[in-house]
Amino acid sequence: MTDTGYDEWLAAIADGEGYYLACPDGHGSLPPRRSCPHCGAAELTAKPLPETGEILTFTEVHVPAPNFADEAPYMTAIASFGPVKLTGVVRDLPADEVDLGTTVSVGVGENATTDEQLLVFRPASE
Amino acid sequence: MTDVRIAGVGLTKFGSHPERTGRDLFAEAALAAREDAGVSRDDYEEIFYGNFMGELAEKQGHQGPVMAEAAGLDCPATRYEQACASAGVAFRQAVATIRSGAADVVLAGGMERMNNLGTAEVTQSLAIAADELFEVRAGVTFPGAYALMARAYFDAFGGDSEDLAHIAVKNHANAMQNDYAQFHREITVEDALESPVVADPLTLYDACPITDGASAVVLVSDDYAERHGLDAPVTVTGSGQGGDKAALQDRPHLARTPAATKAADAAYADAGIAPDDVDVAEVHDCFTIAEVLALESLGLYDHGEGVGAAARGETTRDGDLPVNLSGGLKAKGHPVGATGTAQIVEMTKLLRGDHGNSDAVPDARVGVTHNAGGTVASAVVHVLEVDR
Repeated sequence: MTDTGYDEWLAAIADGEGYYLACPDGHGSLPPRRSCPHCGAAELTAKPLPETGEILTFTEVHVPAPNFADEAPYMTAIASFGPVKLTGVVRDLPADEVDLGTTVSVGVGENATTDEQLLVFRPASE
Repeated sequence: MTDVRIAGVGLTKFGSHPERTGRDLFAEAALAAREDAGVSRDDYEEIFYGNFMGELAEKQGHQGPVMAEAAGLDCPATRYEQACASAGVAFRQAVATIRSGAADVVLAGGMERMNNLGTAEVTQSLAIAADELFEVRAGVTFPGAYALMARAYFDAFGGDSEDLAHIAVKNHANAMQNDYAQFHREITVEDALESPVVADPLTLYDACPITDGASAVVLVSDDYAERHGLDAPVTVTGSGQGGDKAALQDRPHLARTPAATKAADAAYADAGIAPDDVDVAEVHDCFTIAEVLALESLGLYDHGEGVGAAARGETTRDGDLPVNLSGGLKAKGHPVGATGTAQIVEMTKLLRGDHGNSDAVPDARVGVTHNAGGTVASAVVHVLEVDR
């Protein structure tokens, strides 16, 4: 399945060239969008995603849906990257080292169950 | 604008009934509501029906006409889908239709069949209420989403898993007096804390069960009730709905549910009441943390104060503000698309005095119901008042 707008965004993140959409008032959002979800402004400009983000909340999921059957238990987190927040799976970081405020970088990984690409948070390199 | 009265209510027993068809479940609830109402079959003008995952569970779309037949009625029927708030929005449309004068008698209800799917398939099905691109693909399950909110809540306001366990204990205790509840089993705080982790910090006893069931309500105009001498002491005096961003990541605060605040503000203004006037509440506790978020969004508690309400004994059966006397979604069960009108059924019976827990609220005049979809990207609040 092709999801125009989203697929290109994920590919850009995989290439280390992640971006978000900014409206004239500075609200951030993610594609595909034709207007700002926060104020309705129609002018959206791609801006570089900050290189690191901060974990705002997380959960270790023990009962997965079938699309994550081979991943459980796995850690899903929401992290803030400047004006946008992203939701991703935490990898390369032991569960007991994940905490609120942990600094992470964002990339793309493979879902072991479905082989689909997914958003992944990894420890930010020092 | 005419007042809207509740003339009759009906439920199936909630539980695991994997062999029963959706149409059979809805038929049982609708026929019970019709019998309770005692309204002539020819007078029903429209059906408002909630269902979330019928395509997945029964491969059945276009359920409106199927359910009209099941209910034994010959009138137009429309299905409403709004995740776990499906029947709440269906009921809200039923109220609006009578208020507008377009109809005098309508039936609102909902049905969900879930247990014919396995736990994994149900988990996948429920997840479609989340944002597919930005949440489901990142492993967010329905319990996982509420776990994300619970951890954010603890961080922002305090509280802990033991506070949440007291909510589960309370709702299990309340369900003991509800014949229609899925669970009739008291639990302890220790049982809850020691149950298996589903998505940390939430454990099995923080979560509502997987439930098959249906609910139905007959609504009539005040004028119709008077002309036909109906015994319909409960009036719907307030109705409100609120919305929010679908994905948690697009909201400014991860431990608040402003859609429910918008719905409550609208419903209270509609009814001409304030939060202080509320005597009893049925709220959408799909997870224990959801009851906390509901109480705070409804203005019944300040932010940060709701988490300890059950532990302090304020929302228990004998407390100042009993919450989820039905057992809530936690112990009564949560047939997703039926829950919104099931809450109306429970509240109607609590107020008119024929609920197993009516004796806990003998003087209650004002009841509030709170029905939420997804991570409260949708919320519906209704105010019910009883003639006393």
